[in-house]
Amino acid sequence: MKRRDFISNSIKAGVLLGSAYSVTDVNRLFAQESSNPIFDLAAIKGGSAEKMFEEGISALGGMKNFVKPNQTVVVKPNIGWDVIPENAANTNPNLIGRIVKHCVDAGAKKVYVFDHTCDKWDKCYTNSGIEKAVKDNGGLVVPGNDEKYYQDVVVTGGKSLKETKEHELILESDVFINVPVLKDHRGTKLSISMKNLMGIVWDRKYWHSNDLAQCIADFASYRKPDLNIVDAYAVMKRNGPRGVSKEDVILSKSQIISTDIVAADSAAAKLFGKEPDKIEHIKLADEMKAGTMDLSKLNIKRIKIS
Amino acid sequence: MIYNNLKKIRVYLSVIIFCFTSIYFLDFVNPLPNGLTESVFSIQFIPSLIKFIAEVSFYSIGFIAILLVTLVWGRLYCSFICPLGFLQDIISRFRKKKFRYRFFKDFPKLKYSFFAVTVLFLLSGSLLFVSLLDPFSNYGKIVVNIFKPVFVFGNNILTGALELFDNYSVSPIKFNVSLIGFSFSITVLIVVSVMSYYKGRLFCNTVCPVGALLGLVSKISLLKIEVDENSCNGCGKCERVCKSQCIESKTKTVDFDRCVGCFNCFEACPTKGIVFTTQLKSEKKDSIDEGRRGFLSSLAIYVLGSAIVAKAQEKIIPKKESTIPTIKSNHSSPPGAIDTDRFNDNCTACHLCVSACPTNVLQPSFLEYGALNMLHPVMDYKKSFCNFECTICAEVCPTDAIKEITLEEKKLVQIGVAKFEKDNCIVHTEETECGACSEHCPTKAVNMVPHKHLLAPEVIEEFCIGCGACEFACPTKPYKAIYVEGNPEHKVAKKNVQEKLIEEESEDFPF
Repeated sequence: MKRRDFISNSIKAGVLLGSAYSVTDVNRLFAQESSNPIFDLAAIKGGSAEKMFEEGISALGGMKNFVKPNQTVVVKPNIGWDVIPENAANTNPNLIGRIVKHCVDAGAKKVYVFDHTCDKWDKCYTNSGIEKAVKDNGGLVVPGNDEKYYQDVVVTGGKSLKETKEHELILESDVFINVPVLKDHRGTKLSISMKNLMGIVWDRKYWHSNDLAQCIADFASYRKPDLNIVDAYAVMKRNGPRGVSKEDVILSKSQIISTDIVAADSAAAKLFGKEPDKIEHIKLADEMKAGTMDLSKLNIKRIKIS
Repeated sequence: MIYNNLKKIRVYLSVIIFCFTSIYFLDFVNPLPNGLTESVFSIQFIPSLIKFIAEVSFYSIGFIAILLVTLVWGRLYCSFICPLGFLQDIISRFRKKKFRYRFFKDFPKLKYSFFAVTVLFLLSGSLLFVSLLDPFSNYGKIVVNIFKPVFVFGNNILTGALELFDNYSVSPIKFNVSLIGFSFSITVLIVVSVMSYYKGRLFCNTVCPVGALLGLVSKISLLKIEVDENSCNGCGKCERVCKSQCIESKTKTVDFDRCVGCFNCFEACPTKGIVFTTQLKSEKKDSIDEGRRGFLSSLAIYVLGSAIVAKAQEKIIPKKESTIPTIKSNHSSPPGAIDTDRFNDNCTACHLCVSACPTNVLQPSFLEYGALNMLHPVMDYKKSFCNFECTICAEVCPTDAIKEITLEEKKLVQIGVAKFEKDNCIVHTEETECGACSEHCPTKAVNMVPHKHLLAPEVIEEFCIGCGACEFACPTKPYKAIYVEGNPEHKVAKKNVQEKLIEEESEDFPF
């Protein structure tokens, strides 16, 4: 049923979106209309991942600002690797659990969590601790390892990436919350919010062979999450994105929350110690106006937990 | 009376053993702990024998137990334990006249030819004919290459159906159907099916080398099934239920070395005319048989003995031909194989590891190890890569072709080395970012080093374990920019130890 409905809906939506895009940046309009945050970005330091999230999200008006009763939500962590949480290759499981709980408390009908993993998916889900955290907090862990879940979409405005296959739950759900972990990446220098979107598409090899940075920027311009929560509690500083051991990790005890995916990545890059304009895909996304990497233009809420 | 219950005991035991065996080979939801395979499969003749040739251990003496049992009661293995035998029994239940067998002649030349070829190859160090003919391994291949895909397909249909109702309790499974594995297994299945449909256990008495060997042993067994001429009324019911077609009611004789010990005849006989008799008492057996028996028993002992001796001597290993039409001169055997030749000398191609492998990187080979080792599992990095945190293939292997290793050891076993072909690499040819290889590398043997304004891959061979993650992830087509060249002898990689990073903790936001 769903999949069939989806096909007809997506055709309609595609036509609608296509025409809307020619007039204005439609996603941004929606974002401002629905969430209306006082701050563009919350940056938090000094607490546990859950505590920082609690503080940050309340500064942005609480989860109710993003999730309305009876809506369906997708929370997309990075669960790419079959490694233990201490290696910080995947998003902090406690943080994911807390986000799921906030969505459920805000009245979400369903909270789905998935990733198109690199290592064997079920092992990643289990060993990252995320599967348990999600279940304990009332969310639903769903697979992302099969092509059947992915639907063809046209990447409007894409320069290198014109079309791709996107997970049906991202297309069907009302709210999309992106929860990357900040880490070193030996291909794209950093892996943050935009890079994390590679886990909602099917054919990543195409991206890799067709100007990866441009593809990431193309997709981020096309599909902006409703909220980005960057986990920088433990940060893998080298050997990313998989890491070799926990020796690669430092405790940064930070978090960035923003509706602007480029701003979130820009702030996270600075936390990491890198200039955002030195990260090719952040620079390109900024040029494509997927968001802004110029943090001076933003109203930032800085929170220190002692 | 115990005779009447013999068949029941056989049925119960064989059902239990068959179910365990099948569940392990299907393995599609891992319902049973892998640690149990060693004990469950230790009673299988060929795996246990192969293990014994390599190393004597508690679990490798199973075949000796089977030989001893055979020396007392005959070929009980064939009906109680052998999964292919059980499969044939299932197939023969579909016969129109379920129990309407007639005595059928023996084919000793054919039977002993298959047996001799298998033994000769085994002595020369090749398991080719064992892989082709061993009933346990063939049953494994049939389950893994034919039945499992059906189960996986069913599972995935169920998954899809449940997902329509937003139920994600059943996970979709990816399983690769191997062309070579399927082709071979379907051939075996058809041959076995046709033979068992028309002629009961004919396969066991003409093709199967284990059947031939145990048949030889049963010629000198202590107890034999015979027709008690005093009780027998010649009704012929025993002959009609004998799936080995070795009872001739007309002459009231049982060709016991073809008997698979199913005990159907005991149950069928209305007059208790089928009995186990002790051979020690009956001295006045036909004297012609004595000489033949002696010859055959010594042959059996010779074969067994030499199989064991063969281990002690350095085996004659056929020189591997470089017939592999790829850029790789060697393909990798799984971690735990120690050395590809050793692996091939011990693998019976039962495909249990193929079924158990969570990433499906282990695939039945075609010519990767050479024609003589066809169907032996090979690391296929086109399909997938070896999961860093996994030793399942070594845990399940019933012959120890893949020897059990700890996870820590496995993480340093170098089954091959990544080779980088710069001129195929996206970073060099397109001058755009990539790093898919390095991204997937669990040891960072594939490291990214500055190249113009980008980062380009570089292989530090001493850290590489040959898991194939880089080769699998590399997006270039048709030729990969990075591929794993197999180590015929596995080596030990150096652990990539780096110092703990010092945390430069800043209280302030950098923006």
